[in-house]
Amino acid sequence: MNLVAERKTPDVLLAHLSGDWRQMSTSSELGAIRRALSDPPPVKALEFDTAGLTGWDSRFVASIGECVEMASGRHIDVRCEGLPEGVRRLLRLAQVLPGKSDVHRVVVKQRFLQRLGERTIAGWEGTLGLFTFLGQNLVALGNLLRGRAQFQWGDAFLVMEQTGPQALGIVAMINFLVGLILAFIGALELAKFGASIYVADLVAIATVREMAPIMTGIILCGRTGAAFAAQLGTMKVNEEINALETFGLSPIEFLVLPRILALMLMMPFLCVFADVISIAGGYVVSASTLDITSTVYLSRTIHAIELKSFLLGIFKGSFFGFLVAYTGCLRGMQSGYTAAAVGQATTRAVVTGISAIIASDGIFAVLSNALHI
Amino acid sequence: MNIEEIKIEIRHLTMAYGSHVVMRDVNARIKRGSIFIIMGESGAGKSTLLRNMIGLQHPADGDVLYDGRSFWGLDEEARRVELRKFGVLFQSGALWSSMTLAENVGLPLAEYTDWPPTDRQEVVRLKLALVGLDGFEDYYPAELSGGMRKRAGLARAMALDPEILFFDEPSAGLDPILSRNLDRLILELRDSLGATIVVVSHELASIFTIADDSILLDAESRTVRAQGNPKELRDYSTDPKVRAFLTRGEISERGATP
Repeated sequence: MNLVAERKTPDVLLAHLSGDWRQMSTSSELGAIRRALSDPPPVKALEFDTAGLTGWDSRFVASIGECVEMASGRHIDVRCEGLPEGVRRLLRLAQVLPGKSDVHRVVVKQRFLQRLGERTIAGWEGTLGLFTFLGQNLVALGNLLRGRAQFQWGDAFLVMEQTGPQALGIVAMINFLVGLILAFIGALELAKFGASIYVADLVAIATVREMAPIMTGIILCGRTGAAFAAQLGTMKVNEEINALETFGLSPIEFLVLPRILALMLMMPFLCVFADVISIAGGYVVSASTLDITSTVYLSRTIHAIELKSFLLGIFKGSFFGFLVAYTGCLRGMQSGYTAAAVGQATTRAVVTGISAIIASDGIFAVLSNALHI
Repeated sequence: MNIEEIKIEIRHLTMAYGSHVVMRDVNARIKRGSIFIIMGESGAGKSTLLRNMIGLQHPADGDVLYDGRSFWGLDEEARRVELRKFGVLFQSGALWSSMTLAENVGLPLAEYTDWPPTDRQEVVRLKLALVGLDGFEDYYPAELSGGMRKRAGLARAMALDPEILFFDEPSAGLDPILSRNLDRLILELRDSLGATIVVVSHELASIFTIADDSILLDAESRTVRAQGNPKELRDYSTDPKVRAFLTRGEISERGATP
């Protein structure tokens, strides 16, 4: 490929282009035209000769377009007749459909105070949204209790199946490992006082009161809360939520309530299951590394677990189930209308869910201490 | 038809979802630089045929040949290289929502060329200008109307100067004026780029404006019902069903009421 820019007459610049221009490494190779336009004496017209041109692509067209634009800006007469017909047509097409010059983005740099204020307002609105959603759910629940809700039991059972039985595998694995870890720590530390026998108590109490509900809640948050947010978010993108609303169906009663109730109902069962598995994990460690018989371990475990601890754990589990479903659905319903927004909604669902679980567990710890549970 | 003139050849193509055969033994030859329409009723398998042609779905039997070379006979790697010669405009634009228009159009350029960034920007600007979206470089797809998204999708499809452009229902969801402008744009692009264009459509007005050649898929017999220039098919076809399709059933209705 080759470019020669010469003066046909003192004020007419003629650019000879030949060869295959698809192979140019950068479009600045066409810059010679632009440079030649600036040379004295001033150019009045630009002409092209492309008889030897064998190949061109969009980049060639784009660069020629730049030259033409620059030339027109200097009131130089551009004679495009010499260009290949395809190039001419594309250049014309790019000019006939003028973009709107007023659409260019103006980035306004915000002041610190403005940003702070906007964040605060957004945060306040987010908090309001949190409680508005809660209110809507309570109204929906009231409707359900009075038998007036558009509630789909089939949907609720489907969600129960997905969140309950289908989650058993991962719940079992995580809680078994947590039981193992608790027993290991206990065995190491308690052995210093010759109190190895209390490993059973430690595992039992820690599991039933704290670890089983928390771990199960967190697993469900990652597994189910995220799924709720993604599903509702995608339904929003597809306008399925709008479709429900235009039929006068309440998305809260139709989509959110079944999910919340399903999870609140399934969590106690999952917690009991997690209790058993976690204690089994503790037993495996104790039986294999400590000098404790199965009978002793079992009797200590049974002795250690008080009914109120057990019930507290179950209640917490159910509450965490509510938090997971609530945050998942809330973030899903708040999602925007794009794929990226659905991704964001899912992330926020998991973050909010896990934070809510841990924070409320702290409150539970203080309360149960004060109430001597 | 001269062999060198044939850009795409569909050879004994059978399409199926599992054991459900959608269309069997489709044959067609598409001339270089022509606009070829895939027509048919809803559910006849137009989009499925397109998916088979652009490598999204493996045919149950048969093959598609580009420049006389088998497409489905290639291994996956070679097929991916072949795909760079295609530009596809999906039904609703299918722009990547987390990227601006400039990024959408620029991504294939960044992946498959070794051009410096300023060159890529110039080309992106040109492509967007070609579809009348000059100045919208920094907009996200969610901020645009449906018609603009579709045009941006077209700019992206043209990013790599494809030899073949595929359009899935280009006029769907556009108003009559926009849809006519898009037809003009398609013709203009064919003439200036020399690309071969395959369009899935049942928008008759648009079909008659742009088509050089076409096939009509029939859902009932699951085969190709007719083949040829749509205007000629409308005026001279002996098959009443073909004429009914191309006249929106008006001829057969007229025939029914004496």
